[in-house]
Amino acid sequence: MATVYIPPTMRDTADGNDKVVLQAGTVGQLITELDRVYPGMADRICQDGRIRSEIAVAVDGEITDIGMLATVQESSEVHFLPAIEGGSGL
Amino acid sequence: MTTNKLQVSVNVNGEQQDFLCEPRQTLHEVLRDVIGMTGTKEGCADGNCGACTVKLDGRIVDSCLVLGPEVNGSTVETIEGVASPDGLHAIQEAFLEEAALQCGICTPGFIVAAKALLENEPEPDEARIRHWLAGNLCRCTGYDKIIRAVLSASQKLKEGK
Amino acid sequence: MATTDYRVIGTRPIRHDGTDKVTGRAKYGGDTAASDLLYAKILRSPHAHAKILSIDTSKAAAHPGVRGVITGKDLPELGAGTIEVGETPSVNAMQMSTNVMARDKALYKGHAIAAVVATSVHIAEEALAEIEVQYEVLPHVMDVRESMADGAPTILEQQTTTSLGKDTGKKSNIATHTVFEIGDTSKGFADADLVFEREFTTSPTHQGYIEPQSAMVLWNTDDDITIWTSNQGPFGVRTNTALLLDVPLSSVKVIPMEIGGGFGGKIPVYLEPLAALLSKQSGHPVKMTLTRTEVLEATGPTPGSYMKAKIGVKNDGTIVAGEAYLAFAAGAFPGSAVGAGAMCMFTPYEIENIHIDAYDVLVNKPKVSAYRAPGAPQGAYAVESLIDEICASLNMDPVEFRMKNAAKQGTRQVTGVPLGNVGNVEMLEAVKNSDHYNAPLGGPNRGRGVASGFWFNAGMQSSATLQVNPDGTVGQVTGSVDIGGTRAATAMQAAEVLGLDAHDVKPVVADTNSIGYTAVTGGSRTAFATGWATYEAANDIVRQMKERAAKLWETDASDVEFDEGKFTRASNPEQEFTFKALAGRLMETGGPVVGKAEVTPPGVGAGFGHHIVDVEVDPETGKTDVVRYTAFQDVGKAIHPSYVEGQIQGGAVQGIGWALNEEYYYNDSGVMANSSFLDYRMPTSLDLPMIDTVLVEVPNPGHPYGARGVGEVPLVPGLAAISNAVNNAIGTRLSQLPMKPGNILEALGEIEG
Repeated sequence: MATVYIPPTMRDTADGNDKVVLQAGTVGQLITELDRVYPGMADRICQDGRIRSEIAVAVDGEITDIGMLATVQESSEVHFLPAIEGGSGL
Repeated sequence: MTTNKLQVSVNVNGEQQDFLCEPRQTLHEVLRDVIGMTGTKEGCADGNCGACTVKLDGRIVDSCLVLGPEVNGSTVETIEGVASPDGLHAIQEAFLEEAALQCGICTPGFIVAAKALLENEPEPDEARIRHWLAGNLCRCTGYDKIIRAVLSASQKLKEGK
Repeated sequence: MATTDYRVIGTRPIRHDGTDKVTGRAKYGGDTAASDLLYAKILRSPHAHAKILSIDTSKAAAHPGVRGVITGKDLPELGAGTIEVGETPSVNAMQMSTNVMARDKALYKGHAIAAVVATSVHIAEEALAEIEVQYEVLPHVMDVRESMADGAPTILEQQTTTSLGKDTGKKSNIATHTVFEIGDTSKGFADADLVFEREFTTSPTHQGYIEPQSAMVLWNTDDDITIWTSNQGPFGVRTNTALLLDVPLSSVKVIPMEIGGGFGGKIPVYLEPLAALLSKQSGHPVKMTLTRTEVLEATGPTPGSYMKAKIGVKNDGTIVAGEAYLAFAAGAFPGSAVGAGAMCMFTPYEIENIHIDAYDVLVNKPKVSAYRAPGAPQGAYAVESLIDEICASLNMDPVEFRMKNAAKQGTRQVTGVPLGNVGNVEMLEAVKNSDHYNAPLGGPNRGRGVASGFWFNAGMQSSATLQVNPDGTVGQVTGSVDIGGTRAATAMQAAEVLGLDAHDVKPVVADTNSIGYTAVTGGSRTAFATGWATYEAANDIVRQMKERAAKLWETDASDVEFDEGKFTRASNPEQEFTFKALAGRLMETGGPVVGKAEVTPPGVGAGFGHHIVDVEVDPETGKTDVVRYTAFQDVGKAIHPSYVEGQIQGGAVQGIGWALNEEYYYNDSGVMANSSFLDYRMPTSLDLPMIDTVLVEVPNPGHPYGARGVGEVPLVPGLAAISNAVNNAIGTRLSQLPMKPGNILEALGEIEG
């Protein structure tokens, strides 16, 4: 089961929870499952079928560049954080 | 359309250059856009960074503060004249060995300025080098390796390299 | 402390582009030429905030020698909101376009209003003066707190505040309010024995690259657009220029010139779309170079800030809670790095309870851009200054304090993400045992300060190809512009794989049609990620050449081994080829061998730095001399130690400038009064001592040679280290940057504020 850390700005949609434990094989599946448990979460994280551009996803401490396609293992940790582009502000 | 261009004849790195230029064109602009020697760089165009340093009649100047027609009859040395057919000048070698450049845009100005220093004073100490080069800005290196390069070059020249 | 010795990695070869750069042969953005070149200049707003009522370009267009004029209406109108642009995250294209040239309002002094192209740069300048603009001057707001208050002049009509991820619909100059939180700070502060808090302000500062932006653009008659530019990211220039001109991506080719410094400020496009339009109008290639004043006033400095920091500790020095309020002034459009600042400021410490409120705020100043670990220097200035106060109050050694609370692998950051492999503790040990840390101060009016800093570093995408030459050398093609020795750092990694000398690899930086997508030279990523790409491409060559050796030995590739530059037949070790020898046999065994790789490497190593600085403050003049400086940093593995040292020294000196002298000094009209290198006072050689560096090597397991990004961390600790040193010297606490002489004399009570 993977642990999803809910950022402070989204906790209101997750009933105030800061952590949720779910079963999922990819980040996309995880978001679907998260939305099933807390309706509205998918909309907070995604837009037009992709992770919102201002959000970065970290799986097991690594920021992934493939968003929803990233693999999630058993006992993975997933974090959503503000996207930053080091040295590359647009 | 009338032209107000003036005839200029100047020795640049040992070659006579003859051309026409407008009074408002700086030596910097003339070197780069009229003669086509782009080694002398622009950083500020108002004499505050030294990227455009050249040697004019034996002393270093910011070429952006000299007007083209002013150098009629003069001698100018630019970065393009520092190396010889036999190879790089000791200062250029020292800059490479000491990694005294990162982006390299300030490097031509520093090399021309440092060469002038070592020609006048073959063994300057760190304080003297810092003082001489205070008119050349570098944003990448923090100057540390540039100073070391000039010290190393002075050693090399002393040893006849 | 490196665990492995390499043949090439860790040595100091002369950089491959060195000869060209010391002889003036290297061609930078401003060195472009064409036989039919025209020159363009930009007309800029004299007002900090004004409606543009009308622009009459007719006289300028008729000026002899002028071949074209444009205003904002010549740029395409793009959709509102953000647009997906494929290779880069969504951008607000209309805001980017409006920053490049104003539409209905001038939003900062220096905002581009119109542009002219002519047969000489002087004629273009003359023609600018003939453009007639009618402005209605509006009230301007320059201070971040004033701009956040109700009743502040509205800068962008459509701007509403997005708070905690939701659009509140409230019209305001506050673009976003974000919260970062871990644990429970009310509980944390309740547990604290002592609580410290302070306010801090910083001014915008500029990256200060010596080369102004310059580009030459040809909009050809077949509608292909070629751009020659010095920019940190040619692929980003391609994307953004195509976006702003609303042309197909494939019609734009970007040819990177050498680049005279960037530091994050040469990632946006300012010139290219305008030069392209003028090229289309005139039918000629068009060159545009910014003046130094334009660079300072109209490119992207780093944000000024107002910050509050609060830390709770136990009497034994354990940090139990941290809190911060950050308000960063993004300039005329949203998008400051306040989030990154929040995410880095407390990261050197293991703290269970943290809460940060971060505000991105508009002001009538140029839109900010990245500057070397953007946001982190400001955040570290606040936290590391407060830590200095805490250590003094507890009478605790600052390095002992940091070791007691040190973040290490597994420590959760404020985002909740645990740190990976990092060398914070090893670095602090190096500090503790160093000569500088244990040396006496040596003189009156002297003070010593220390501070730590953190930056994530980036991975992102890089591509590489390597071509084997018959003489056993290898051509290398990447898309990473070489600002600080990365041709060498990447070639060295290929050379290490192949058993070659660094100079047997010939690196070239290619245009956007000649190499796969490569992200910016920035984010401390190039030696790491482009190095990964050259490493993988080299391994691809080895695989292919094993096949060739197998052919010659009439065996199978699995029977061929490669080690230290030699191919050996495993089943008969007497049979061998050196790399060079086999390279000469490629044509007869099947043709050329080209290795390739495209990578988005995981395993990015984050970085910590710690600076010690000794200063001497003249009590009569308030002038601060930096008398000794040592910068420690965990660099993973220094691929080319000279260039790693150089990154650290350069970043440290930018920090000295930011701490002591650099600022945007605005007059009452919202105009920058010090917009030249004379008064925008960056350090000169005379202002500085040697900058000593200590490279602590805790190899990053995520990179084949242990490399960690190094370029950005060096700017993070310095602001607080210098501030702490000055405060130590003068015995009072300034919490405002820059600490220029007037401010110091005021703090000493010598003069009135």
